[in-house]
Amino acid sequence: MGSYESPIREPLILGDKDYKQITTDIVRSTQGFPPMAWVIAISIAGSLAAFYFFCVAWTVYYGIGVWNLNKTVGWAYDITNFVWWVGIGHAGTLISAVLLLFRQKWRTGINRAAEAMTIFAVICAAQFPGIHMGRPWMAFFIFPYPNSRGPLWPNFQSPLMWDVFAISTYFTVSLLFWYSGLLPDFGTIRDRSKGKFRKAIYNALSFGWRGEAKHWQRFESLSLVLAGLSTPLVLSVHTIVSFDFATSVIPGWHTTIFPPYFVAGAIFSGFAMVLTLMLITRKVLKLEDYITIAHIEAMNKIILLTGSIVGIAYITELWTAWYSGFIYEWFAFYNRALGPMAWAYYIMMTCNVISPQFFWIKKLRRNLYLTFFLSITVNIGMWFERFVIIVTSLYRDYIPSSWADYYPSWVEVGIYVGTIGLFFTLFLLFARAFPVIAIAEVKSILKSSGAAARVKQKAKDDAMAKGGYAEGGDLAGAHHDVKID
Amino acid sequence: MDKYVVGLYDDEEVLLSAIKKVKQAGFHIHEVVTPFPVHGLDDALGHKQSRLHTVGFVGGATGFTIAISFMIWAATSSYPTNYGGKPYLSLPSYIPITFELTVLFAAISMVVAFFIRCGLSISASPKIYDERTTDYLFGMAIKVTEDTTPEDYSRINDTFTKTGVAEIKVRDFDEEK
Repeated sequence: MGSYESPIREPLILGDKDYKQITTDIVRSTQGFPPMAWVIAISIAGSLAAFYFFCVAWTVYYGIGVWNLNKTVGWAYDITNFVWWVGIGHAGTLISAVLLLFRQKWRTGINRAAEAMTIFAVICAAQFPGIHMGRPWMAFFIFPYPNSRGPLWPNFQSPLMWDVFAISTYFTVSLLFWYSGLLPDFGTIRDRSKGKFRKAIYNALSFGWRGEAKHWQRFESLSLVLAGLSTPLVLSVHTIVSFDFATSVIPGWHTTIFPPYFVAGAIFSGFAMVLTLMLITRKVLKLEDYITIAHIEAMNKIILLTGSIVGIAYITELWTAWYSGFIYEWFAFYNRALGPMAWAYYIMMTCNVISPQFFWIKKLRRNLYLTFFLSITVNIGMWFERFVIIVTSLYRDYIPSSWADYYPSWVEVGIYVGTIGLFFTLFLLFARAFPVIAIAEVKSILKSSGAAARVKQKAKDDAMAKGGYAEGGDLAGAHHDVKID
Repeated sequence: MDKYVVGLYDDEEVLLSAIKKVKQAGFHIHEVVTPFPVHGLDDALGHKQSRLHTVGFVGGATGFTIAISFMIWAATSSYPTNYGGKPYLSLPSYIPITFELTVLFAAISMVVAFFIRCGLSISASPKIYDERTTDYLFGMAIKVTEDTTPEDYSRINDTFTKTGVAEIKVRDFDEEK
């Protein structure tokens, strides 16, 4: 049936659940009228999202001058937010794809919501390359289409162009992966629906899924290959984003550590956002039996790992700047730590380097309040990391006569806060209409990783320790045929 | 006629052993429906390996070819442009976009092939043997025709009962239309 799982391993599904109960618990959030908390939350998020569209319209109408960019600081909030959102998106794909390849069963409690988070984060990220153009109505210029201007093709050697393809591909593949995983769960909701209208909608969404054995075989094959494709995709997309900086000549930008540093940072901030969302979701939707403290602890371990990589990257940057002997590089970091914007650098260092280190202590890893607080801290810290990289490197670069200051205008802040509203609006809609946990996947691990399974396995192990094979115990790791009487 | 005897099981291990017994008894299993993928089910039913990964490979190869040949043509033949003194044919700089298009074409072709092979469409109205088979029951459907005798029916029922079935039902989709 499956391989042996030790009974002292923490169960991934708590309580005495059977398959029917799992469906009931998870589908509950899509049924009935939304609770008041949801209505209030989406009103706030929706208002912020509306403000976002207003600020974008303001920007397009009056021009980029309503932002506080200048010739020296040509990128600030726009690209900071772009990289921040893309980074957040990477955790979802990592949870679905990489953890699938590593056969980590704990991914099943969180992968659906994490992938949804990825898609909404990439939607928010993709806004910025569009709206930060001087003439966004010419945005289609970036695509290679036959034209009468030569034909003039975009510059395929530019990382900004690579970004176009990377983000588009990442969005499409994540969407396909997420949606194909949703088909069986939509079938489940359809078959449990009482109303004709609801049934018809979920039937359409499920594309007529009905759980045929051959279809499941293809489904698993598809999931495996998509996971295998998505893993290098995650790594490549944020590497390409890092190339926006690394392939330039700006001190503080032009360093080869950026690709692994950015990828680790993306996973770091992405998991922090997953934690923020999951801690709220599990409480509000009463899904603590499926998104357990074991899941939270596993995610905190990843945050500890990637946060430490980011911390080492910071130290490496400092050392390389000194070792290079290149005074402009050294000044870039001297300026970060001791210049006029050092406050941003210290926020970044505290939030990113110090906070994940708490998770060395097991008790703190399993503390929900601390985890929630630190997940928000990490997201703030990672925003400041991008801000520090972009703005502090630009505002004091090679020629002192070009040095300038930067502070955001209300439009830029409005756009940023507005994308947060857009993200939460989309996530709240998702939580209402779609199952936030992968129903079929959780059922498939019930027998091996449920709380009841642990009790059963312990009983079997104890029996074997006492009476050998007579009591029905079996060797660890042995496959056994089901006895038919 | 579109008639089936459906045995509904509530445990996947029981289902797997039941499939063996039903096949031993000489019946042809038309279909098995489960709420989640069950390991060992494909072998038990004798399904061949899915060839979706081949589709993925061909799609990826297509994307790769399109990406790299287009960029080489655009940069060397159609409108060569001098970007910072870099050579017209700068293959290393084509790597990111080529990789992305490879992955994109592979993923899209696989998903499309998956939908087509499984017959999934937005306007599908699937034949559901029992609505609980996407929830907590596992269904095994045996097709019956006009030639199926009452003895056959009772043999089917006996085999199901011996293998630990939870419920047996008969569904005739033509009648229900």
